[in-house]
Amino acid sequence: MDSIGQGFWDAWGLIISLDPDLYEIIFLSLQVTVSAVIIASVIGLPMGAWLAVNRFWSRRYVIAVLNALMGLPPVVVGLFVYMLLSRAGPLGGFGLLFSPSAMIIAQVIIITPLIASISHQTIRDLWAEYHDLLISMNATRTQRITALLWDGKRALLTATLAGFGRAIGEVGAIMIVGGNIEHATRVLTTAIALETGKGNFAFAMGLGLVLIVLAVIINLLIHIIGKTERASTW
Amino acid sequence: MKLFWKTLIVATVLATASHAESLRMAVTTSFYNSGLSEILLPEIRADIGLDVELIVVGTGQALALGKSGDVDAILVHARAAEEAFLAAGYGTHRREIMYNDFVFVGPDDDPANLGRAETAVQALQSIARAGVVFVSRGDDSGTNKKEQSLWVEAGIEPEGVWYRAAGAGMGATLNVASGMNAYTVSDRASWLNFGNKGELVLLFAGDPALFNQYAYIPVSPTRWPHVKSDLAMQLENWLASDRAKELINGYTLNGEPLFTFNATQ
Amino acid sequence: MVSILPLEMKAATASMRGKKLVGPVNFTLETKGFTIVVGPNGAGKTTFLRLMHGLQRCAGGQMNWAVPADEAQQKQAFVFQSPIMMRRSVVDSLAYPLRLRGVGKAEARTQARECAARFGIGPLLESWAPMLSGGEKQKLSLARALIIKPEVLFLDEPCANIDGRATREIETLLKTAQAAGTRIVMSTHDMGQARRLGEDIVFMLKGMVHEHSPAEMFFSTPLTAEAKAFTNGDIVE
Repeated sequence: MDSIGQGFWDAWGLIISLDPDLYEIIFLSLQVTVSAVIIASVIGLPMGAWLAVNRFWSRRYVIAVLNALMGLPPVVVGLFVYMLLSRAGPLGGFGLLFSPSAMIIAQVIIITPLIASISHQTIRDLWAEYHDLLISMNATRTQRITALLWDGKRALLTATLAGFGRAIGEVGAIMIVGGNIEHATRVLTTAIALETGKGNFAFAMGLGLVLIVLAVIINLLIHIIGKTERASTW
Repeated sequence: MKLFWKTLIVATVLATASHAESLRMAVTTSFYNSGLSEILLPEIRADIGLDVELIVVGTGQALALGKSGDVDAILVHARAAEEAFLAAGYGTHRREIMYNDFVFVGPDDDPANLGRAETAVQALQSIARAGVVFVSRGDDSGTNKKEQSLWVEAGIEPEGVWYRAAGAGMGATLNVASGMNAYTVSDRASWLNFGNKGELVLLFAGDPALFNQYAYIPVSPTRWPHVKSDLAMQLENWLASDRAKELINGYTLNGEPLFTFNATQ
Repeated sequence: MVSILPLEMKAATASMRGKKLVGPVNFTLETKGFTIVVGPNGAGKTTFLRLMHGLQRCAGGQMNWAVPADEAQQKQAFVFQSPIMMRRSVVDSLAYPLRLRGVGKAEARTQARECAARFGIGPLLESWAPMLSGGEKQKLSLARALIIKPEVLFLDEPCANIDGRATREIETLLKTAQAAGTRIVMSTHDMGQARRLGEDIVFMLKGMVHEHSPAEMFFSTPLTAEAKAFTNGDIVE
């Protein structure tokens, strides 16, 4: 397969020549996904912890729904967000459609259940371990959740990175709500879809390579930052 | 760490702020794939200082975006649907800008003998007769609607194992046809720009029935007061100008002209 | 300062899934002393301690501190049989109970350092708590319990899983705490430890407080036949 090699070569050429269009796309991809991951983590991590710590009758249903939402097709989310943000929709007045904000909203909806669910599983185990101690220390509900999130941060990083992985590689939803507008809402995945549509498989593959390398770099970076906070293990 | 988050948040806010003097136009995949927009958009920016943001979708979705006021104008090619759009009051008027044409492509060895067909209808009939695999867009796009109307003219109900509806855009459909070594109908621009031809070649073209008229429709400001009606008007004037005529007629792909300017001036 | 003691229990019971684990118990925890809880496995020692501390809900009867329950809870601490180590450094683990009470970060760490030095874990300040040895973990648990200067300290067989040397260190630390005015209630299987530390002994059997007497009396002239058998090292069920 010469074309694969050719695609990588082309992509590499764009990278080293500091092609402004490519870097614009990369920057927007990162900006949208990182924003979405931050927002989804702020919602999802405490939500997972809250579900792990509290007992209420509908808890198992909430968890079941959460797990089911993880499998929601992104296209459906995209369509839903489109209908919300469309001028004809309930939030149309904000004029957010076809903007990076719209893409962030869609990604938040896609990855929040994932982050909340993984966080719930992690925190549930830690809560089993800490339960007696925190109750004994008379920690309030908020203090318990805070302690669990803080002490479980290493495992929760995995939840966040899983969210990042799903978001950065997502195309169906952001294609619909972002519109793949050049210089405005075009990101790596939508550019790949576009090039594939044009039959430029090699170039699409090259962009795919850029995407993977980017994801690997981000993962490594996060792990390095995570480790430097504390020298000792786990 | 803190600086990192701050930078991020600031960057997010900045990048989501809106641009000045820009217009959103929904265009069809076939138009975008021709590459003509890459010539026209910088000229539009230079001439009238307007940033045209293209939303590239199928005709069906383009019309839907116009209906819900999510774009300021549309540039599509499906006359009946356009007229229904206007009749329902979603657009102000329809201005024909240019046309290109559809072509039949298929395997190099041409088992259905399309090379001998004289009209598009004959071409379809010979495909049906030979029972060779034909891939349709199947996505209610302008190209798909054109294909459907030709089947009606040919008096054939296209169904059976030989007829495959891809339910996808032009590029994806060409990819399917290339993979299955099958026949399909494509707009000429998408075909010329397509990079994965495999054993496919152009087998039939030139019947006036295959002409593909592009029309520009500004979205009605009566229905959606927020649309940038003035800018849409400026763009229309530019698209019908001599400058546009020169650029459109002069645009070639692989040495072949693609579009014929036909706006009434 | 108002004392949270005495704790009065009247026909108090603890149960799990409808099965009675402890009680009905009539018991008073007086303001002073070092109480040792003994009894065979399954007699309800742990549940009894947890019931007093509020980790186990009081299913029946009455249980009253001298002050409202919320207030009383703030002035107690508990050391578990298997130390629960937070995933933090030693200094952060020690600072945590203070932080929960609203002490500032710098102040909490200063107190944590002083406390660690007193409890002989000063050199381990920056170590990761879950990586400590069993004895070190239990000393950290004790330090973490006492750093808030509780009025009452409960310990559930704190020396069950550690070696002799660490046991001696813990006993010394407990005596120091007692001398400083901490009311201590501790369960143990080690009769030697019970004799060394106990001022009064609670002998539990089948979920009931079978006998409660001063230590000297319990070991010399127990009131009940079962207690006598138990102190002789016979099997009591």
